[in-house]
Amino acid sequence: MIEVKNIHKTFGENHVLQGISAEFKEGMCNLIIGGSGSGKTTLLKCMVGLHEPDKGSVIYDGRDFTTMNFQSRIEIRTEIGMLFQGSALFDSMNVEDNIMFPINMFTNQNRKEKLERANFCLERVNLAGKNKLFPSELSGGMKKRVGIARAIAMNPKYLFVDEPNSGLDPKTSIVIDELIQEITEEFKTTTVVVTHDMNSVMGIGENIIFLHQGKKWWEGSNKEITESNNTELNEFVFASKFMQSLKK
Amino acid sequence: MIFHPLGKYILLLKAVFRRPEKWNIYRREIFHEMVSIGVGSLGIIAIISLFLGAVTTVQTAFQLVSDFIPKSVIGMIVRDSAILELSPTISAIVLAGKVGSSVASQIGTMRVTEQIDALEIMGINSPGYLILPKIIGAVTMIPLLVIISIGLTILGGYIAGSASGAVSAQDFIVGITTDFIPFTFTVSMVKSVVFAFIITSVSAYQGFYTNGGALEVGRSSTKAVVISCIAILFTDYLVAQLLL
Repeated sequence: MIEVKNIHKTFGENHVLQGISAEFKEGMCNLIIGGSGSGKTTLLKCMVGLHEPDKGSVIYDGRDFTTMNFQSRIEIRTEIGMLFQGSALFDSMNVEDNIMFPINMFTNQNRKEKLERANFCLERVNLAGKNKLFPSELSGGMKKRVGIARAIAMNPKYLFVDEPNSGLDPKTSIVIDELIQEITEEFKTTTVVVTHDMNSVMGIGENIIFLHQGKKWWEGSNKEITESNNTELNEFVFASKFMQSLKK
Repeated sequence: MIFHPLGKYILLLKAVFRRPEKWNIYRREIFHEMVSIGVGSLGIIAIISLFLGAVTTVQTAFQLVSDFIPKSVIGMIVRDSAILELSPTISAIVLAGKVGSSVASQIGTMRVTEQIDALEIMGINSPGYLILPKIIGAVTMIPLLVIISIGLTILGGYIAGSASGAVSAQDFIVGITTDFIPFTFTVSMVKSVVFAFIITSVSAYQGFYTNGGALEVGRSSTKAVVISCIAILFTDYLVAQLLL
C-alpha cells in the first residue's frame, strides 16, 4: 500500500497540490483522475520522487520515501515500475536491451537468465519475437506494451502508469487497460494510473481519486462514480455528449 | 546571475562523480564514447590540421621577408604554434561544435522524452550514467586527437612549404628539430585535457537541464557550443598564464 499524507507542491506562484492525502491499495488499480492542470501528474511525480513535495509525506508500506536520501531511495525504486506517457524507451537500445536494462543494473544474473526474463515479459505483453526491433520501428501501442514489459522486468511491487491511453485508438487503449489490470492482479502490485480517459475509469477504476484545483475532491470506485452528486465530478465525468446520453 | 547556474553545474558534477552502480556497464559505455568521440572526430581533425599547418607556413613565410632570418625559423614557428595553440585550441573549438552539440542534443532529447526520468525511477544515478562515460571518453581521446593534430599540422606545413617554394623541405625539417622545448608538449596536453572536460561537462549540463521540447533542445545545443567556446578561450589564456 502507498499512502500520501498532506502533499503540497508549488511551482512559483502556482499552488498545484494543496494538501492531498490518499491511500493506494495493494493488488488494485488505483486511478487518479481530473481535468488538465488539476495536479494529477504532479502528484504522481511527487510519489515517485521526480518532484520533491514542499510539504507532506509519501509512505511505501510503512517506509517514508520523502525523508530518505538518494541511496536509501534506490531500494524502493528497484521495487517501482513505471510506464510513461510517451513510453520513454531508450532510443539507442532495442526492445530486448530496454527490458534487460534494469536487470543488468541491479542483478547479477547471467545473460541466459536475463534473456529468459526479457522474453517472459515480452510474451506477457503479447510481443514475443520483437526483441531486436528498435523503438523507432514500433507503433504507439507497441511502445506502450514494451514500456509495460520494461516496468515489470524487475517484478515490481508498485506500478505507476502516466496517461496510458494518450495517442492510442480506442481498441488499443482497451488492450493496454486490460493488460494493466491483468498485471496488477497477477503480480499483486499496487498500481497507480493517472488518466482522464473515461473508458479507463469505467473499465479498470477499482479505487478512484478525483482531483480538482489541486485538491482531492472525491474518492470512490467506478461503480459509485456515475451515482455521485458531486457537481465538479459530474462535470468531468459527463463532459461528453456520449456520457450524457448514457446517464439519461 | 552567474552563481545560480554555476552552483547547479557544480552540483551536477558532484552527482556525475558519485560511485557507479555497476562498473562493467559504465565500462562498456566509456568504450562506446571513446569510439564515438575519438574515431568519429578523426576525419574533421585531420582535415583542419593539414590546412592549419599549410596556412601557417605560407603566412609565416610571407611575413619573414628579411634575409637575416633563416628560412628554418618557419618550421620552428609552425611546430611551436601547432603544439602550443593551433592543435589544442582550434581542435577543441571544432570539437565543441561537433561533440558538444551532439552531447547537449542527445541528453536534452532524453530529458524532454522522459528517458532521464525513466532512469531516475529505476534508481539509476542518471548524471553518472549519462555524463561520466562521455567525460572519461573525451578526456582520454581528445589528447590523442591533439597529438595526431600536431603531427598533421606540421605535415601540412611541410607539404605546403615544399609545394609553394616558401621554405625548402630541408630548411623546414631543420626548423622543426631545432631548439625544441619538451615542456611545450606538456602544456599542450594539459590544455587538451582541460578543454575535453569543458566540452563534455558544459554541454552535458546544458542538455541535462533542458526544459520543454524540440525548440529548447536546439537552444541548449547552441548554448552548449557558445559557452564551451568562450570557456575554452578563457581557460586557454589561464593555462598559458599559469604554465608558461
